Formats: sequence, structure tokens, C-alpha cells
Amino acid sequence: MAVNPADLSAALVMTPVAPAEWLVVLPPVWCLLAGAVLLMLRKSLHVQAWIAIPALAVLVLLDALLLAQVSANGPVTMVMGRWLPPFGIAFTADLTGVLFALAGAVVALAGAVHALTDIDGSGRRYGFYPFLLLLMAGVSGAFLTGDIFNLYVWFEVLLIASFGLITLGSAPRQIDGAIKYAFLNLIATTLFLIATGYLYGIFGTLNMADIALKAAAGRADLPLMTLAALYLLAFGMKAAAFPVNFWLPASYHTPRIVVSALFAGLLTKVGVYALLRTLIMLFPVEREELSFVIALAGAATMILGALGALGQSDIRRLIGYVVISGIGVMLAGLSLGSPGGIGGAIFYALHSMVAMTALYMAAGLAGRLAGTFDLGCLGGLYGRSALFSGLSLALFFAVSGLPPFSGFWPKVMVAKAALDIGAWWLAGTVFLTGFLTTIALGRVFLLAYWRPADGALPNEAIAASALLPLAALTALTAAFGLFPEALLSAIQHAAQGLADPRAYIGSVFPGGT
Amino acid sequence: MEVPFVLLVGLFFAAAVYLMLSKFLVRVLLGVVLLGNGVNLLIFTSGRILREVPPVIPAGHDVPAALTANPLPQALILTAIVISFSFFAFLLVLVYRAYQDLGTDNGNEMRLAEPENDPIPPTGY
Repeated sequence: MAVNPADLSAALVMTPVAPAEWLVVLPPVWCLLAGAVLLMLRKSLHVQAWIAIPALAVLVLLDALLLAQVSANGPVTMVMGRWLPPFGIAFTADLTGVLFALAGAVVALAGAVHALTDIDGSGRRYGFYPFLLLLMAGVSGAFLTGDIFNLYVWFEVLLIASFGLITLGSAPRQIDGAIKYAFLNLIATTLFLIATGYLYGIFGTLNMADIALKAAAGRADLPLMTLAALYLLAFGMKAAAFPVNFWLPASYHTPRIVVSALFAGLLTKVGVYALLRTLIMLFPVEREELSFVIALAGAATMILGALGALGQSDIRRLIGYVVISGIGVMLAGLSLGSPGGIGGAIFYALHSMVAMTALYMAAGLAGRLAGTFDLGCLGGLYGRSALFSGLSLALFFAVSGLPPFSGFWPKVMVAKAALDIGAWWLAGTVFLTGFLTTIALGRVFLLAYWRPADGALPNEAIAASALLPLAALTALTAAFGLFPEALLSAIQHAAQGLADPRAYIGSVFPGGT
Repeated sequence: MEVPFVLLVGLFFAAAVYLMLSKFLVRVLLGVVLLGNGVNLLIFTSGRILREVPPVIPAGHDVPAALTANPLPQALILTAIVISFSFFAFLLVLVYRAYQDLGTDNGNEMRLAEPENDPIPPTGY
């Protein structure tokens, strides 16, 4: 067992790290650095936004470079401290993770621009921009890490940043929402940690590639079913799946609208990503066993979200339910487990990140123009601004899954994958949900946009910085609805890489195991 | 050696769940703290408890001379302790603030964000 002292290669990566591999850790590191700079400058309210927006633009660029790198050469791995995996903490970027990270960065950039008008001086003094950068550090880290305990740490990073954002302003309503959000999310991450503790006890490793190998080697006496079910519960709670979704409608409508927009785009999707990562890549056999449970939860989530949206008169709460019903579509795709199903879930998650953020921004603008969020009083928005109404209508179509916008393709993929295995009821639920969501959002358009206003609307101009990100995100959903081929082929590769993680494992253990 | 610890973890979880089922936020908070400590103990037990020497490599050796205790769970627990303590501090302030602003620490009476008898949306013009 004695090792020659000079032979460090038994424990360490000896080749120098290629410059391209630094890209794997740069997104979270960059966000942490920029967040730290913003914290130091928290008294200079005017420069904050002008540091945060370029910093997030650089983040988009870094993620785009990483995407180019990963789609050309396959998954990239970098280990901390040069320790050989599975002992060093590994960051592994595969196509799924990078696609999510890139979409998240785009959403955050749009949110930062939108916040120029939505977050006033006091919100900036409370530290909106530092929190946003730290939130992005957590989100990028969660998407790119290859170590399951590290994933837990990133979850906590983004959670504590989100606590800062949700209480920004400290109105009593916000405190009420924040209480429910904070407790239930903390319990969810603790469940995740419990599952991870058991996993460590069973496998003795935390590296995801190593876990995938050991779980696939499959000994029948290992309680992997328990692990998969615990992860499903924990991440289902993070993703707001029925029946553990109650924190979302209780809290998402309370903070500033741009905070709601960022949460809707980023937080639940991190839960979906973690579900995909654990259930598809680590425990595929157990997911197969659980598939009926996941499908039922997905169908119930879709229906509950759509019915909830129909019953709300506050448009922010209505959108909260629409977010939930989208999670159901992703769960349906996850439960199918076929390439079409997984691809549909990934596509829908990416679409939902962009569309839900834009939808909350539109609701915020509608509320600011009309001075209320109540469907009973809203009105006259079409007369106020035809361009804004057109953008809103495009978003309503996108979210309901109507062509030619990006919500259409993933729903078709999931429904087709469901019909392929004869699960007509699941496909039917997807269509029924689309129908109900169309009614709910169509009614919003009818009442808030077409109905004449009761009195004169407050004469507030629409700031370009509020409209520009909304228009950009809407254009993005339209573009991916009209020209989905490039994204579709990337997503098919991503789904393949998740279902058959040989390339992922090969990138972590280049010499084989 | 693990069995008493496993039972203790179960006891922690049971007490935590009991407390978290309460309406009163301070009890829920205490339940969350207990749950966090239960998890720490769980990770510690998962790393297997050996009454062996600390994982220190003696001078002149490259590898430990004999079986040593597992150092990794302690690193994991240290991380989890720091995180759960910071969350505890935040939630404590949040609950106190909620008590000041909303005048109650009963979760059932906090209905500002989700008012009872919320009107249904209009069904026509």
C-alpha cells in the first residue's frame, strides 16, 4: 500500500488545466466576485445597476462560450484543488446544465434591466443588485456542479439570496409571503440533505458520475428506491409540484414584480433540473418504477395550476398558478423517460424560464399602467399602448402552448411521447391544461386590455428600460417557436446525454475506472 | 455502535416533525432547527462510526498506518451547521418581524398575502 512520495499522479490531476476548462467554474465565480464588488459599493446607488448589468451580460457571454465548447467537445470537467475524482469536488458541464445556465443568465440580464424602473432607490439600498448576482452564483453553480453535496450548497446559496430578494421592501404582505416561502423551502432543502446523507451512507461517494456508475452496477439489496423517492419529494417541493406546491401561490405575488419574475424564471426550474439530474441520470431504474406516481403528480399539478389560474382575480396570483401548471408538463415529460419525454421536459423548462419571467414583467407593467392588479378594475390597456398589448398577447399564446411560440413544441413532444406508450390520459391532460390556460389568459386579455377603462388611466409613460427586456424575451419565445430546429437538436443531444451518461462519466474519469 | 445513533436520529426527526406541525411559528422554527441537527447526526452516522484513531498520517508514512476514523462526514456536517445556523438566524429575525408587523405568530392567522373570501374574477363585462 506504500506509495512513492514522488508519484503525485495517484492522487492529483497532473496535467495543467486547459484554459477552456476554466469556463466551467467561471459563471459562479464571476457572479460571486461581481456580487462582492456590489456589496462593497452598496452605498453608491447610481453605479450599482451599471456594474450589475454589464456583469450579467458577461455572464451570458461566459455561458454562451461554455455552450459552444460543450456542444463541440462534449461534457467538460474541472476538479477543485486538482484532486482526482471522486475525491475532489468536480464541476461538470454537460449540455443540459449549460442550456439551463444560459437561459438563466439571459433571464437574469433581462430582470436586471427591467429593475432599472421597477426597483427604486430604497430597493437598491437594501441591495437588490448584490442579491441578484449572488442568486445567479447559486443558480449557475447548481446547474454546473458535478457533486451532489455541492449541489446542496448551491441550493442554499440561491435560497439565502432569494430570502433577501423576497423581503426587499418589507411590506407586511411580503413578510407574510416570505414566512411561508422561507419555511417550506428550507424544509425542502433539508429533505434533500437527508437524502444525500443516506446516499453517502450507501455509496460512500458524492460525485454524481461515480454515483451513476455505482447505481448502475446495481446490487438488489441497496435501498435505492427510498433514495429516489426522497429526492422526488425534496425536488418536487422545490419545483412546486402537487401536492407540495402550496408555498408558491402564497408567496410569489408578494414581492416586487421583477423579483417575482426572476423567481418564476429561475427557482422552480432549478428544482426541475435537479429532478432530471437525479432521476434520469442517477436512478433511471427507480424512476421507471416511480413513473406512474410522477405522471399522476404531473397531471394533478397541471390541472391544479390551470384551475387555480381560472379562479384568481389578482393577475400576479393568476400567473403564480400558471407557473405551477407548467411544472406539471415538465413532470409529465420526466415520468415518460423516453428521449421525447425528457427532451420535452428540458425544452419546456427553458421555454418556461423565458416566458414566465416575461409574463410577470408584462403583469407588472399592466399593473403600473392601470394602477391595480385586480381583474375587476383593470381595463383600457389596449387603448393605452397597442405595442405592449401585442407583446402581452404573444406571451399569453406562448404560455398557453399555442403556435407559433416556443410553448407549442415541448407540449407536442411530451404529448407524442405519452401517446407512444399509450398514456392517452397524460397527453389529454396536457391538451386540457393548454385549453384551460388559454381561457384563463384570454379572459385577462379580454378584461384588462380590451374592456374600456372605468375612468382615465394614470398618465404614466412606459419606460424603455421596462419595455425592452419584455420585448426581447417575447422575441426569444417567438424565435424559438418559429425556428426550433437548432434548439431541438441541442435538446435531443442533451436528453441523450442524460439518459446515457457515458460521455459525462468519461469526462469525469478520463482514464476509465 | 451505529444503532443507538440511528434511534437518536429517529427521535430527532419525530420531535422535529411534531414541532413543525404546530400553528405557532416559533415552534415550527424550533422544529426546523431540530431537523437540521437530526440531519447532521444522520450524516455523521452514515459515515460509519469507528472507535479508531483520528485520520492523521504519522511522520514518515505516506498512508495511514491503520484504520482511521472517516473525516469526510465531519467536513460535510461543518458545512451544514454553518448553513443551518445562518438560516436559523435569518428565520428568527423574520419571525420576530412578522410578529411585530402582523401582530401574531399563528400561521393560520397570517392571511394578508392570501386573503380569505378573495373575490372571484368577473364573469362578464
